[in-house]
Amino acid sequence: MRWDFIADILPRLFKASILTLELTIAGISIGIVIGLIASLMRISGIKVLSAVAKAYVDFFRGTPLLVQIAIIHYALPVIFNYTPVAIVSGVIALGINSGAYVAEIFRAGIQSIDKGQMEAARSLGMTWGQAMRYIILPQAFKVSIPPLGNEFIALLKDSSLVSIIAVEELMTTGRLIMGRYPLVAEIWFSVALIYLILTSTIAILVNFVERRLQIGDSGQRSV
Amino acid sequence: MIVVKDLYKKFGDLEVLKGINCHIKEQEVVCIIGPSGSGKSTFLRCLNRLEEPTSGEIIIDNIPVTGDKTDINLIRQEVGMVFQRFNLFPHLTALENIMLAPMKVRKKSKKEAMEIAEELLAKVGLTDKRNSYPEQLSGGQQQRVAIARALAMRPKVMLFDEPTSALDPEVVGEVLTVMKTLAIEGMTMVVVTHEMGFAREVGDRVIFIDDGYFLEEGTPDEIFNNAKNERTRAFLSKIL
Repeated sequence: MRWDFIADILPRLFKASILTLELTIAGISIGIVIGLIASLMRISGIKVLSAVAKAYVDFFRGTPLLVQIAIIHYALPVIFNYTPVAIVSGVIALGINSGAYVAEIFRAGIQSIDKGQMEAARSLGMTWGQAMRYIILPQAFKVSIPPLGNEFIALLKDSSLVSIIAVEELMTTGRLIMGRYPLVAEIWFSVALIYLILTSTIAILVNFVERRLQIGDSGQRSV
Repeated sequence: MIVVKDLYKKFGDLEVLKGINCHIKEQEVVCIIGPSGSGKSTFLRCLNRLEEPTSGEIIIDNIPVTGDKTDINLIRQEVGMVFQRFNLFPHLTALENIMLAPMKVRKKSKKEAMEIAEELLAKVGLTDKRNSYPEQLSGGQQQRVAIARALAMRPKVMLFDEPTSALDPEVVGEVLTVMKTLAIEGMTMVVVTHEMGFAREVGDRVIFIDDGYFLEEGTPDEIFNNAKNERTRAFLSKIL
């Protein structure tokens, strides 16, 4: 091991990891918005909406993210005739992909809430939307935080896949360094170490948020 | 106040309500008794359409409840409901549980909603629990908050679906006391209950339901002391 080399490249890798984090945060943010909409469509009881949401989830969970990135960055621009920007393609791909997983997380969260909650809200004259917004979703969201944390971590790792469209995040930067200095072990262990630091930090943060939210009441209990 | 005509309810092939007719007057307290599975909760839940009636007509306060043009949310604002398992909102305090519907549905200001909630918490004797979350309350306290929550909409009718069945025996009394107060104040109430003492003392009318039919109805005295129908007598002999 060339420790001096590792010390040399770590700052550059850390810098690249900022883009990795940005990609992931942008991706999960889009994913939460899309996932919320898709999960509500799925449980709306309106057949068309539900079918569309299911098709979306099935497609993006049933095909590799790598292929989805290629479609968004290479295939769609050919069909619709525009010039893609790698980083935008990357964020969109991560966002739409995680949206499918988040949709299932929220759906499970919503369905875990006692049916009596919706009935009580509706019996007071609230609309379905009001009941969702004020009663069901706040409780479902809380139940969803641990799986959302897992999804965040999974997405951070998956963001390495955007290296195939040359977004200069952590993975790509590792490859670029490889091209100049063929110190395989030093480079890839360093890259792995930084991913590990990022994912562990997120895990700790999620844990903290989870515990904070438990103060006052314990979630979906209804008796 | 409530008129029910030829109400039928089927769950798949299972016919739970087989042509119910009844008329509940303003300020009347009607207790519905009957064996489990007789359709009494289903009947109550049809009144505010938590269950969709298969056929028949329901009219509350001269407004048809059934029918495509009905805005069910408007009717539900006038019809409070109390559930067997309380169904308080666990992420909100007692006060917030009561304030929510007046604010979001009746569009009251936060200040007005707070006044209503304070008044009702006092009425059910839980002013000191205003900032407690449901899980910090006993069953009896939770049910009293649930009654206050329903009352906060200033309903014209209150429906009670076995409100004391999930309670420990020692706290049943405190909930019944609140319900009795409501009855005395003139609230129109439909109560599905196993509390025969309450039905006898507070009910203006008792209806015995069995196998999806209203088999017999009358004053508490007529039902409890002089039931004409054999099945009513058989049921009462088992539980009294």
